[in-house]
Amino acid sequence: MPESLVISKGAEETTRELLRSLLESGKVSAVLALGRTGSGGEGVAYSLFTDPTAFEEGGAACPLFPFMPANAGGLLSRLTLQGPPSEPVAAVVKPCELRALIELVKLNQCSLDNILLISSTCSGVYPLDAGVDGALEEKLPGYWEAVKQGEVDEDVRPTCRACVNFVPENADITIALLGEADLDTQCTLHVNTEKGAAFVEGLEGASSSGELESEPVQRAVGQREAFREELFAGVEVGMQGLIRTFGRCIGCHACKTVCPICYCRLCYFDSQDAERSPEFYEGELQRKGGLRVPPNTVFFQLGRMAHMSVSCVGCGMCTDVCPADIPLSTLFSKVAASAQALFEYQPGREVTEEIPLRTFEQEELVQVAT
Amino acid sequence: MENQAFTPRIVGFLCNWCTYAAADSAGVSRFKMPPSVMVVRVMCSGRVDPLFVLTAFFSGADGVLISGCWPGQCHYQKGNLHARRRTALLKSIFDTLELEMADRFRLSWVSASEAPRFVQVVKEFTDQIEQAGPSPICDELFL
Repeated sequence: MPESLVISKGAEETTRELLRSLLESGKVSAVLALGRTGSGGEGVAYSLFTDPTAFEEGGAACPLFPFMPANAGGLLSRLTLQGPPSEPVAAVVKPCELRALIELVKLNQCSLDNILLISSTCSGVYPLDAGVDGALEEKLPGYWEAVKQGEVDEDVRPTCRACVNFVPENADITIALLGEADLDTQCTLHVNTEKGAAFVEGLEGASSSGELESEPVQRAVGQREAFREELFAGVEVGMQGLIRTFGRCIGCHACKTVCPICYCRLCYFDSQDAERSPEFYEGELQRKGGLRVPPNTVFFQLGRMAHMSVSCVGCGMCTDVCPADIPLSTLFSKVAASAQALFEYQPGREVTEEIPLRTFEQEELVQVAT
Repeated sequence: MENQAFTPRIVGFLCNWCTYAAADSAGVSRFKMPPSVMVVRVMCSGRVDPLFVLTAFFSGADGVLISGCWPGQCHYQKGNLHARRRTALLKSIFDTLELEMADRFRLSWVSASEAPRFVQVVKEFTDQIEQAGPSPICDELFL
């Protein structure tokens, strides 16, 4: 099935045109994409667009903007939790958002019916705090220059610079961006599914059999793997290491709130069950002679790891929102890497693949029980 | 410190159908074993959420034991197999983060008829924890 379409227009323009034509022809009823909020373009947020003019030059939509104000996997889950849309909706998402989406489908939190998934090879996004007062706009030329060379701009989030899963899986249409030197004049759309093919029908372009796994992509994997090892090596381990790392945690639970995999409506750690009685506090004081308040900082993070690390897609939202600047994503990715290796599992790879904690083999892990 | 006086406090999550019955039988048979395990009866080892284990550790347990029916003998067909995966995951997290809890956490299969095995598991595990000493988490203020 995979085939590709070479279009002799820049990537940004091709994307806009594709989305505009999808809306104009009525093939989709809406497009979920990033858009500039407000007339001054002060902020960028995910929005549903129904007006094709939003995708014209200077329109509100900016589908390829290197910014992630929320994990779109989680957003699509909220949009489809009660049921899929009655008419097709296109969504422009990043590879990590797509992986989160697939995990949420497995967790019965989302439906892919009537959703057209458009993704691209990703060169990372800027941290949320870089997105104020239009500061990001100035970085854009540098960003796209780096993309052309298959590099990552140094100012993008460390999580993104260390991400090796930047080629989307399970997208209906993939826009080749990373390492495409002629990005401004030419764009390759990889059509991966029958569903995708139906939507690009009629689009003008030369068909080709170009591969997504190009030489610059391979090189980028190597570079990012090296940076990832560097980040992992900096993780403080041991209980003392965790206490140092989370010593500045203010207990806001924002990491959990933005995590696409943490889908529970009521988290144990926010529930009444996690509240402690006066007897507990008195007992702790007698036992230890002191207690951090509120307690359960390390416990919260370890508990979260136990619940979601097999599905952690490494999107980096947790680090991005942490007001205390704790490198959560690095820590979680490190733990997730070994947890996922244990079950030979890769989140977001295949929608039919069961999440390891929801299934088992009769004969396995014999050494675990002694 | 007073290492000789140290009796480990082990929280044991025992499955109602197998290990709890084995523990009961061991008591009725008056087998001698260290009084180190505080038993929490659960209907199945598959009921044990990793949070239970963490709660026990953070509340000052020196060790945590999960024990249930042998694979293939679960009263609910597959609860223990889920428990096995969760245990493997939690151990992997402990190992990656180099947390000492990895050596204080045990999963053992003990059927209802294996009272002597239950005694042996408790003895072994108690010895192991005694060697390791009190859990360092117990005195930690800034958790």
